[in-house]
Amino acid sequence: MPQHTLRQKLEILADAAKYDASCASSGTAKKNSLGGKGVGSTEGMGICHAYAPDGRCISLLKVLLTNHCIFDCHYCINRKSSNVRRARFTPQEVADLTINFYKRNYIEGLFLSSGIVKSSNHTMEQMVECAQILREEYDFRGYIHLKTIPEADPQLIHQAGLYADRVSINVELPTRQGLNRLAPDKDERQIESALAKTKSRIIEAKDERKRFKHAPRFAPAGQSTQMIVGADNASDADIVGKASKLYGAFGLRRVYYSAFSPIPDASAVLPLKRPPLMREHRLYQSDWLMRFYGYAPGEVAQATDAHGNLPLDIDPKLAWALKFRGSFPVDVNRGSKEQLLRVPGLGTTAVGRILAARRHRTLRLDDVAKLTQSIAKVRPFLVALDWRPTMLTDRADLRTLLAPKQEQLELF
Amino acid sequence: MAAQRANMQNVSLGAHYVVHLPAPDDFAFWRERARGLIQCDVPPDRVSWVEPGGTSDLFAVEGPSRGEKRLPVPEKDARPVRASKRFMKLARNAALHSDPERFGLLYRMLWRLQSNHRAMEDKADTDVRRIEELDKSVRRDSHKMHAFVRFREIESEDGEHYVAWFEPDHHIVRANASFFMRRFANMNWSILTPRGCIHWDGETMRESGPAQRSDAPEGDPVEDLWKSYYASIFNPARLKVGAMLAEMPKKYWKNMPEAELIPGLIAGAQAREAGMVAAGMREERQRPASLADIGKAIADCGDCPIAECGTRAVMGEGPVGAPLMIVGEQPGDQEDVVGRAFVGPAGQLLDKYLERAGIDRSSAYVTNAVKHFKYVQRGKRRVHQTPQAKEIDTCRWWLEAEREIIKPRVILALGASAARGLIGKTVSISKARGTPIPLEGGAELWVTSHPSYLLRLDGEAQEKQAALFAADLFAVRERLAQQMA
Repeated sequence: MPQHTLRQKLEILADAAKYDASCASSGTAKKNSLGGKGVGSTEGMGICHAYAPDGRCISLLKVLLTNHCIFDCHYCINRKSSNVRRARFTPQEVADLTINFYKRNYIEGLFLSSGIVKSSNHTMEQMVECAQILREEYDFRGYIHLKTIPEADPQLIHQAGLYADRVSINVELPTRQGLNRLAPDKDERQIESALAKTKSRIIEAKDERKRFKHAPRFAPAGQSTQMIVGADNASDADIVGKASKLYGAFGLRRVYYSAFSPIPDASAVLPLKRPPLMREHRLYQSDWLMRFYGYAPGEVAQATDAHGNLPLDIDPKLAWALKFRGSFPVDVNRGSKEQLLRVPGLGTTAVGRILAARRHRTLRLDDVAKLTQSIAKVRPFLVALDWRPTMLTDRADLRTLLAPKQEQLELF
Repeated sequence: MAAQRANMQNVSLGAHYVVHLPAPDDFAFWRERARGLIQCDVPPDRVSWVEPGGTSDLFAVEGPSRGEKRLPVPEKDARPVRASKRFMKLARNAALHSDPERFGLLYRMLWRLQSNHRAMEDKADTDVRRIEELDKSVRRDSHKMHAFVRFREIESEDGEHYVAWFEPDHHIVRANASFFMRRFANMNWSILTPRGCIHWDGETMRESGPAQRSDAPEGDPVEDLWKSYYASIFNPARLKVGAMLAEMPKKYWKNMPEAELIPGLIAGAQAREAGMVAAGMREERQRPASLADIGKAIADCGDCPIAECGTRAVMGEGPVGAPLMIVGEQPGDQEDVVGRAFVGPAGQLLDKYLERAGIDRSSAYVTNAVKHFKYVQRGKRRVHQTPQAKEIDTCRWWLEAEREIIKPRVILALGASAARGLIGKTVSISKARGTPIPLEGGAELWVTSHPSYLLRLDGEAQEKQAALFAADLFAVRERLAQQMA
């Protein structure tokens, strides 16, 4: 095998990592480098140090330790039967790269993942070693996210959680059939049992810290997972259902959706087309509805069409409102917080501002306009002191009024 | 009332006051002066706030004493000035904005808070909204400073020194010094800006006056690695330039080393994406709807390197709706010549065993996992080559299409290549044989060895394998009978 330079390795192994959606560096315990000997701080809010032209935030150095893999998952560019260039970092190289980038303020920390070489345990050991070098040798106090391998020894996963801010395990596909077909070496039960074990360790560690001040932290930023959208034929309702099950059962901080994008040297069983970015976006929106707007998973499913998919032209909240017009209009001066949160176009911030402002005055439509992003969007669903959307909520063409306008094509 | 009357003695009626701030971000100074002015009942329209380098408004300049009226001094027992915590938090941050009106705005709000303690809660109020806007843009500017400062390493007498050049929109540099101190506590660093500089040596923070871009170092060898990373982590199939610009506006680009790559990455993205799809070989294409269509389509298929062998595609044969589908590896030399599956030596052996097991070949659909014969030429002979996993996976698309049309209940895979064509992973025959594997869509898969394997063995091994092969076929027959019943 040809010897790669550090730069070539970085190119290969960052390229291989770009299909992972998560780059979050938020929600961990506060720490800083005062009184230590290294660098690094985390202060709750994540920081995006750059944005790539794909609009995604670059917060962490996101690389694979190696893209050699003994597994053969069809959607993955690093699968055994793919013929991509392969490379391998040593744990020390990744640690040095992290520190060098961090000192120049390029990143918040490291997101380390890996293909599986030799065995799951061997790979996991190497990843833990890298985190250990960073934490112990360099006294690094920035963010570390480790992607753990469900098949590895629980003891190793435990160690990973002691060094990392966040650990994650990918469930990969929303249905068991999809997983069996596209990731034949993976096992849903094994993935879920690893998620469950990590959850109980996170809870134990939190509990211990309540009683003993110096009890070690375990993954203070919790665990997350990722699902690939568009590689199999699971509907949006399936995906949303699976996500809510995951949130409930495993206490996940986030479920990431990754629109399946064509990969070089793809396996023949996969759709090769532009990644369904809009669908991914709608799924994130529905995720938000469940987490911050009080929608039950079943209610999100009510917004889907006959095939269980969310409409692509309008957001799921508007889709739900159009289906359940009986719940509208909501009186902006009397409606409860829960009712206001269901109004399309009102976010959590706007609702908070409306609730605060209406203690001081009875809101007119003009006042609402000052508190929200777009009055045109919320108007049909609201009653204000000087506004009542007579007839509007009953119009059959309300959807066309509110959906983004189709662009008129010009002669070429 | 008495206190108010007493205050009035200090305040000249109708006078206009000008307060000169020592620094544009000196909130403590503003707070001190604002407190005194409110205690003396000076209404907002009679105070101007001037920061260094700024001018006061018309009233002050044209006033009799050029506006430099001495500020009134409040009585000792003057009413204390009150403000909500929320106002203090917002005001402290909003005061860093570069809008020259900000101190007047904050004074007006503070004035109003004295008669209405809850005025900040009215989010629809114009002043409240403006203060929130100022606060928001200062927070954004600070956040972008945390994110987009780029240090470059230089060698100095006391070791490594990291220097950055940054151009903030507002007066945020001093307020954010502690963030960088907490983060880089054990590093020597300087942040140079046109609004003043901060320096940290591991123990103390030092401030200095405005700097120029030319004071900052030019480059750093690690930047090349960083740029490689930036270019590699970008997924060209997901180009979303608008989303990038919303969070990283062009004004920041000139001080970020990676930004010089952006135009090239955008320009090359579509070509790279098309390349990715083309490298994956297939356009989104419709699956053929009939066996005849598949037969036609595979004849022109060049999706994998086997096409370079120049052999003909051999289509499967058998009735649509056959309960059994038999899948081999790939056509052999004779199959390629004749153009039909399983007619060579292995095919003849298969026929013999099928007959013995009581399976009627003509009622089954017989095909191969790979449709073309892959070989190397040795003298006059064309020697069979096992297809690679990737080639089998490529051809799986056709096999799936056949399966969809035939809809068999039982599938018999002859050999590991055939099994891979159906389940996408390589199994060991000795482990997989004897137990059916459920497939998507309800069919079940039975795996056995390829008859050509029997042809290559002899003696005891041959007998043993032949018995196993025969047993597998019997099991399949039994299973078919059960399915029929």
